Amino acid sequence: MARRATQEINAGSMADIAFLLLIFFLVTTTMDVDTGISRKLPPPLRGDEKPPDINERNIFTVLVNSRDKLMVEGKPCDIRMLRERTKEFMSNPQNREDLPEMISKEIPGLGIVRVPKNAVISLKNDRGTSYKMYIAVQNELAAAINELRDELSQEKFGRKYSELLSEKQIQAVQKAIPVPISEAEPENIGEK
Amino acid sequence: MARFKREKKSGVQTINTSSLPDIIFMLLFFFMVTTVMREVTLIVKIKPPEATEVQKLERKSLVSYIYIGEPKKSKMFGTKPRIQLNDQFARVSDIPAFITSERQARDESERKFITTSLKVDENIKMGIVTDVKQELRKSGAFKINYSTRKVGKIDFNRLY
Repeated sequence: MARRATQEINAGSMADIAFLLLIFFLVTTTMDVDTGISRKLPPPLRGDEKPPDINERNIFTVLVNSRDKLMVEGKPCDIRMLRERTKEFMSNPQNREDLPEMISKEIPGLGIVRVPKNAVISLKNDRGTSYKMYIAVQNELAAAINELRDELSQEKFGRKYSELLSEKQIQAVQKAIPVPISEAEPENIGEK
Repeated sequence: MARFKREKKSGVQTINTSSLPDIIFMLLFFFMVTTVMREVTLIVKIKPPEATEVQKLERKSLVSYIYIGEPKKSKMFGTKPRIQLNDQFARVSDIPAFITSERQARDESERKFITTSLKVDENIKMGIVTDVKQELRKSGAFKINYSTRKVGKIDFNRLY
C-alpha cells in the first residue's frame, strides 16, 4: 500500500489532561441544592387604601412576640400545637361557629369540594422575634396546608399532593386549598 | 498469505486503556455541567434555620441573593447583624438599587420570574429582615424564598 502515513498527535497524555480538569471541577463543585420556603410578598399599601374588612371568624391570628412566644386566636399556644390548630381552622370539621364558614364549591377537575369561604391566616411578628422561630411558624403553617392538600389529593386522585404528576391536578388542589397566609403590616416601620 | 500474524499470548495480559480518556472526559463533562461557581465570598456568618416543608429553588440563574448575618470578622466589624449584597456590606437603603441592577442583568422576558432568596442566619432578629422585606415590596420584588436547611423533623426544644 502506498498510502502515506498521516502524522498522528500523540494522545497518550490526553487522559492526564482530562484528569487534571476533572480534579479541578471535583474540588470546585458544590453540590448544595438551594432549598427554602417560598412566599409572595403583597404589593405595598397605598396611603388611602384600607385593609379589607374580614369577619372575625375567618381570621386565624398568629402572633409571635419578642421572646418567641406564640399567641394564637388571643390565647397563648405552643408551637407543637400550631399545625393541628391550623388544620382545624382551615377545614372546620364540625362546622363550628367560631371557625370559618365552609361552602361547597365546584372546582374543575375535583368536583364539589368543601372549602372555607374566605379564610385568612394572619401572621404577625415582633421586631425582636428570632428568625428561626419565624421560620418554624411559617413551616408549621405550610405543613398544615400541605397535609390538607395531601388528604384532598389522596381522596380524589389516590396519591399524595407531592406525587401528583399532571399540572392540571396540582392546580386544582392548589385552587381548593390556597396558601392564605397574610402578614400584618409592620407597625413600627421607620424607627429602631 | 496471512497478513496478520496472530500474536502469541504470553504472560501478563494488559488491559486496554485506550478508552480511558473517554471515560474521564465523560466524568469531566458531568462535573463541568453540574458545577456552580460561588460568585460571592460570604463575609457574614450564615447558618440557615431548619424546616421540613421546603421547596427546591428552580432556575438558579434567576435568583438573586441577600445575605443577613453577623460579620465573620467580628473584631473588625462588630457583631451587629449586617446585610451583604454581592461582595460587600450594604444598608437597607441599598436594596432598591441592588434589585434594579439584578433586573437589568436579566433578559427582559424573564424579569418577572426573578426570585429573591433571603439567606438569613437563624439567630438574627426579625427587625432587620422585616426592613429588608419592606424594601423588597417597595421595589416590586415580590417573589421571595426563605433559605432553609431541610430536616426530617424540627426539634422544637432548641427554638427556645
